[in-house]
Amino acid sequence: MEALGLLAYGFKVLLTWKILSLMMVGLVLGIFVGVLPGLGGPNGVAILLPLTFTMDPTSAIVMLSCIYWGALFGGAITSILFNIPGEAWSVATTFDGYPMAQQGKAAEALTAAFTSSFIGSLVAVLLITFLAPGIASFALRFGPPEFFAVYFLTFCSFVGLGREEKHKTIISMVLGLLLAGVGMDTVSGQLRMTFGLDELLRGINFLVAVIGLFGISEILLTMEESLSLRGHAAAISPRVVLQVWKDLPKYWATLLRSSAIGCWLGITPGGAIAASFMGYNLAKRFSKDKDSFGKGRIEGVFAPETAAHASGTSALLPMLALGIPGSGTAAILLGGLMVWGLNPGPLLFVEHKGFVWGLIASMYLGNVVGLVLVLSTVPLFAAVLRVPFAAIAPMIIVSCAIGAFAIQNAMFDIWLMLGFGVVGYVFKKIGIPLAPFTLALVLGNRAEDSFRLSMIGAGGDVRVFWSNGLVGTITTLALVLLFWPLLSRAFDALKRKKA
Amino acid sequence: MVSKRAVDVAVSLVLLALAGLLGFDNWRTGMGWDSTGPQAGYFPFYLSIILGAAALYGLAKEFLAWRKERGETFVAAEQFRRVLQVFVPTLVFCLVTQWLGIYVSSFLLVAAFMIFIGRIAAWKSILTALVFSAAMFVTFDIAFDVIMPKGPVEAWFGR
Repeated sequence: MEALGLLAYGFKVLLTWKILSLMMVGLVLGIFVGVLPGLGGPNGVAILLPLTFTMDPTSAIVMLSCIYWGALFGGAITSILFNIPGEAWSVATTFDGYPMAQQGKAAEALTAAFTSSFIGSLVAVLLITFLAPGIASFALRFGPPEFFAVYFLTFCSFVGLGREEKHKTIISMVLGLLLAGVGMDTVSGQLRMTFGLDELLRGINFLVAVIGLFGISEILLTMEESLSLRGHAAAISPRVVLQVWKDLPKYWATLLRSSAIGCWLGITPGGAIAASFMGYNLAKRFSKDKDSFGKGRIEGVFAPETAAHASGTSALLPMLALGIPGSGTAAILLGGLMVWGLNPGPLLFVEHKGFVWGLIASMYLGNVVGLVLVLSTVPLFAAVLRVPFAAIAPMIIVSCAIGAFAIQNAMFDIWLMLGFGVVGYVFKKIGIPLAPFTLALVLGNRAEDSFRLSMIGAGGDVRVFWSNGLVGTITTLALVLLFWPLLSRAFDALKRKKA
Repeated sequence: MVSKRAVDVAVSLVLLALAGLLGFDNWRTGMGWDSTGPQAGYFPFYLSIILGAAALYGLAKEFLAWRKERGETFVAAEQFRRVLQVFVPTLVFCLVTQWLGIYVSSFLLVAAFMIFIGRIAAWKSILTALVFSAAMFVTFDIAFDVIMPKGPVEAWFGR
């Protein structure tokens, strides 16, 4: 029960007026960001990151993660009231959430969404509290080959398990790895891929790329679709909340199933989007009354929301324990850690206890406070959507530019951001996924360093990746995942031959 | 109209060229092994080759499909006009930021965007833009001490 003691310590770190007020600010900003179409979890976190540059790491991460929780809650509001998913992972919530709003049951749908978000995150935070320290202390024994194997596994699982076309996932990932290599080589000090440009000496900053890819490109896409917002009004009364909560135990199987799916897909880089759809589809498959799904069934709100939030939260587990982010947002938070001067990885649990446990404690507190906040302020945030997009779009662009500039005080980065915005727009339209790119860009240097250190240690012998049981298993698993699409096709062919 | 496939082919071509360029640069840096292990260009050189191969695969696949049928359009003319409506002002905003600093240009961007593209009343737009830029200035320059590009207007106020 060491974890409980450490958690109590985390709460002690957290319970100062300064951090608590930053938490509130973060939550409100997050809900705001989640409600606005064209922004969202990763974008909001990336754009607001510069605000935290002058804070101490603990305050900074608490505020940023609260922005994220807020965005997760906020995404549900637009899906249900306006049939516009504020986030990709809220798409599945619109299937039953919007019909419920049309039937005048918006308050029930919103309560269901917020409650299940809360439950999903809670399960994931419990998982983090009790699993992460163990994984981190286990990972302390990792050498370069083990780390490279884990990075490799992360990359391969994207290729093998992603739904996008394989070559597009590979393009996105390799491009990220290449851009991560631009600038000074950390091992030899040589310059690479700079083509004599001074501005490229610093390398391509991960956060600049993210702000462009997610923020600017999203604005371009939103403009293209020219949203007209017509939504349902809703205020949530305590009576409705209690009614929905009273019925909760009836849906225990759905909640549990979705939490499990979410946690699994969050830890492996499957992501909240896949989790929400999978949660929804499984709830439908296991239901006795399949046809009522899509027509305003409360279970159809519970299932995707629980899964999305369990996944979004548990994505922080590998980030904290291993320094490997399980989602785009986790990758941005990881970028933040480096800006604040922390070295992500298993040592974080040893060297920065206050930081890690303060963050974990803030996940508990942030979710409770967030739940109360959204339940009581829905009408206010729904009103935000009536603000014309022509007023919001330029403000988002300005925030993006401020964010991009603040990272390295370079005008060049604003241009880079604009360039990445165009790239992101084109990539999204032709179906090249952005998540692998983000992950590769943030992990690229460390993956390369661990590869080269392993090679130096082993005198150039690739068999070092099978030199003991642990690293051998991880490497083999990675290769299996990489070739999984081919393998499963071969299995199918074999089965058909036999039959 | 430009089809999605055509853009896909074009992107593959650009990626192929990029792979060639980066591959060449890393080959020049040194993509082999020396006494200390892999040289600086080793890792990125092989990545360039993977990038090139994946782009080539995509190119062949989309080109063959494209010859059969054009497929859906990439973006309709009306949609593209709207995309430009936001892209061009952003481009101008970035340019102006270099001379006037970020706060003045953000005032200009918000006000102009609201008036000309949103067709919102001028006084509302200017007021919103003023409040927004001032809020940004107070937040970043005064409260959090984040350095931003500034121009002559901030200098008049002695900041």
